[in-house]
Amino acid sequence: MDKIIEVQHLTKKFGNFVAVDDISFDVRCGEIFGFLGANGAGKSTAIKMFCGLSRPTSGTGTIAGLDINRQFEKIKQHIGYMSQRFSLYEDLTVRENITLFGGIYGLSRSDIKAKAKVLLEKLEISHKADDLVSSLPLGDKQKLAFSVSIFHHPEIVFLDEPTGGVDPASRRRFWEMIYEAAESGITVFVTTHFMDEAEYCNRICMMVDGRIKALGTPSELKAEYGCDTINDVFCKMAVTATRQ
Amino acid sequence: MNAIEVQHLTKTFGKTTALGDISFSVAQGEIFGTIGPDGAGKSTLIRSLATLALPDSGTIQMLGMDLLKDYKTIRTKIGYMPEIFSLYQDLTVEENLEFYASLFDISIADNYQIIEPVFRQLEPFRKRRAGKLSGGMKQKLALSCALIHNPQILLLDEPTRGVDPVSRKEFWNILGDIKKQGITIVFSTSYMDEVSICDKIGLFNKGKFLCIGAPAEIADEFADPIYLIKSAQLYKVLLKARQWEGTRQCYMFGDSIHIVFKDGSYSPEALKTFLAEFADAEVSAVEANIEDCFMNLLNSERHG
Amino acid sequence: MRRFLIFVKKETLQILRDYRTMLIIIIMPIVQIILFGYALSMEVNNIDVAIYAPVRSNSTDDVAAKLISNKYTTFKGYLDKSTDIDRLMKSGDIDIALIFSPDFNKSQVTQGLDNPTMQLVTDAVNPVISRLSTNYILQIISDDVATSSPVKITSKMLYNPQMLSSYTFVPGILGLIIMIICTLVTSISIVREKETGTMDLLLVSPSKPLMVIGAKMIPYFILSCVNLASVLILANTLLNVPIQGSIVVICFISFIYIILSLAFGVSISAISQNQVMAILISAVVLLIPVIMLSGLIFPIDNIPEILQWISVTVPARWYIDAMRKLMVEGLPLIACWKQVLILSGMTVFFIFVAVKQLNSKIKK
Repeated sequence: MDKIIEVQHLTKKFGNFVAVDDISFDVRCGEIFGFLGANGAGKSTAIKMFCGLSRPTSGTGTIAGLDINRQFEKIKQHIGYMSQRFSLYEDLTVRENITLFGGIYGLSRSDIKAKAKVLLEKLEISHKADDLVSSLPLGDKQKLAFSVSIFHHPEIVFLDEPTGGVDPASRRRFWEMIYEAAESGITVFVTTHFMDEAEYCNRICMMVDGRIKALGTPSELKAEYGCDTINDVFCKMAVTATRQ
Repeated sequence: MNAIEVQHLTKTFGKTTALGDISFSVAQGEIFGTIGPDGAGKSTLIRSLATLALPDSGTIQMLGMDLLKDYKTIRTKIGYMPEIFSLYQDLTVEENLEFYASLFDISIADNYQIIEPVFRQLEPFRKRRAGKLSGGMKQKLALSCALIHNPQILLLDEPTRGVDPVSRKEFWNILGDIKKQGITIVFSTSYMDEVSICDKIGLFNKGKFLCIGAPAEIADEFADPIYLIKSAQLYKVLLKARQWEGTRQCYMFGDSIHIVFKDGSYSPEALKTFLAEFADAEVSAVEANIEDCFMNLLNSERHG
Repeated sequence: MRRFLIFVKKETLQILRDYRTMLIIIIMPIVQIILFGYALSMEVNNIDVAIYAPVRSNSTDDVAAKLISNKYTTFKGYLDKSTDIDRLMKSGDIDIALIFSPDFNKSQVTQGLDNPTMQLVTDAVNPVISRLSTNYILQIISDDVATSSPVKITSKMLYNPQMLSSYTFVPGILGLIIMIICTLVTSISIVREKETGTMDLLLVSPSKPLMVIGAKMIPYFILSCVNLASVLILANTLLNVPIQGSIVVICFISFIYIILSLAFGVSISAISQNQVMAILISAVVLLIPVIMLSGLIFPIDNIPEILQWISVTVPARWYIDAMRKLMVEGLPLIACWKQVLILSGMTVFFIFVAVKQLNSKIKK
């Protein structure tokens, strides 16, 4: 299996409103796939369907080889999920969060303990293991949240605007972790508002008004639209939007 | 005359220092950008200027008036847009604007020409509830409300947070239009690319300015040699380049890598030789931009 | 099963971390019991009585002696003139005045010679207290007065001879506290996870929603049991409310009621967008019917018929009913079969609604 996500004619309607309008694309195993779009372009609705939180109105697809229309409960075993706004319990300690999410994904107690030790050392927060998450700096929180979301080594991890509000150095360290995860074989599916981050992706896909308007490697897209940066490509795309 | 003059401003919350002995000034009609990560104290700074947070020590002069003594007068001359858009979600666009106008005993028509550059795009949605607007539209309405009483100083706390790149670009254009009316603008952001609209910026971290000045000045002060590496295997090249003896700092930058040398004794050719295993790796000179400066300042702070 | 325990542990930790809220939850029932038991008591505790008798006789002295010897009444003495009654009542020195006609004399009465009367004047500013006091006084002096009539009336207060209000209040407070606390804490804790977004995180994980909710209920169930115990112990030791019925049966019905309230909290969380709304619904909207329509303050038989019908749907009514029967009257479980059946039915209904709403939230 070399395609981790494969969807055909995926559509999601809320009443008369077509949030996701007949999208078809695939994501290859081990790639970093950027999913871009203005607010309200249908990104979140699409991700919800991929994560098994919502059922498509029509269309078919597989995530990690599992049918998104029928095997959504199984899909949850194979994915990780992280979002910038929320992803950890602030009133639990670092270690408690790791144990909780490790346990949710069915890791054994000894496994969790061993992996947690390695993780804490890597993030250089071993001395803060028993501090509340709320006391960590934002950069550390984001890195911890990401590590927790791939703690069970999922086949694919969905990152919904994972960075934001941190200094440029922390943001880069975060992206290096993403690269590292991709190197270890985890496919990364990421949405972001930072267009320079979009450049870090292997391939990107731009959504406008619920449809896929562009898809390709950053250099392909820049060449196709005659722009210097992805930011310019994005702005060119987004002005075609008619949704308000 | 400087529109804003801040001397030794300090503000602590319990044990945490939000603002540690800050001094800066903003000239009349300038756009001043406070750029830094979340939790650095940017909001506290903007709130202090907006007369909402009382400083522990230090002085703030706004339009020649002392903030502590003349805060009542100052309040009528500043427009403040908080981080969370200060709108009544259940009132319409027009009702929101009318309400803010009435706070200053004026009508929308009185000052319409001031908000016109912002409000133009909101016109078609006059009767829509604020809660039903998109993020970009909410931002514009909030800005209209902050401008309706024709303030001389506009204080914006993270006005572009969570707003998509297109709306952000529009917002910069709008700020340019407002500036033309002679209004002084101070805003905070965590987006490095927003320096392009500023006359003056302050890179802000942990309650202190790392440096203050015009964007070009700050970039010029970047003394160390900086080069750019392009390759298809960016991550692998990055890890390799870090092991080179001449590397002080090395990080991804868009579709390439920026590498800062320790000093002038290292040459880009030597780096090229070191990266020989990556056939497609190209090394070329590049000019440091604000983000490089921020990275460099953070790095030198961390390593003393 | 291990996953379930992990969730229970997480909830427990979160509750313990937020120790202020936990303290409020544990202390609130204790404060309420003390408040209702002492400060807001609606019982006859100390009635100040004076007698105005133009002619003192053995009979009036007998009455006075009774008032002196009773520990709940204080005899304030004979009044000189009838205008003193008004003056002393206004100043608060006396609660009740007994006025005897000049010819009031038991011996004369028995001889059927005259037509003696006794008048009882009471301060009716608080009608409930005054009615209770009147009844109480009449009961005390009934021997003297009642023997005057050919038919001897004897009344006796059953189960609650002193008419202590704590007897009726304790089951009521239990019904109120359990309902409010359980619905409030469960709904807030679920809505908070919706607000911060951690709920999404749990939903994309392989854990079942029913399990997440179930795990939330367990620590709160235990907390509610602590409340139940503290109220029962305080009521028994501090307010001297005897627990007549079997403690096992009392706990059994309370457990049903606690589960019902928790399930109700889950239902509330499904329709609440944020914590404020959850608080409003569980604390304010729920509080009024529970206080007004459960028999906690106003007996069900005394409220208008339409409200009586509505009160049928208030779970607290059935619980309070059952608890009064069990705690105060000491009846066996079988006497409350109707209440148990209704409460169980309601519990099943609310669990069904809660699960249904949870599932529909996800399928959308």
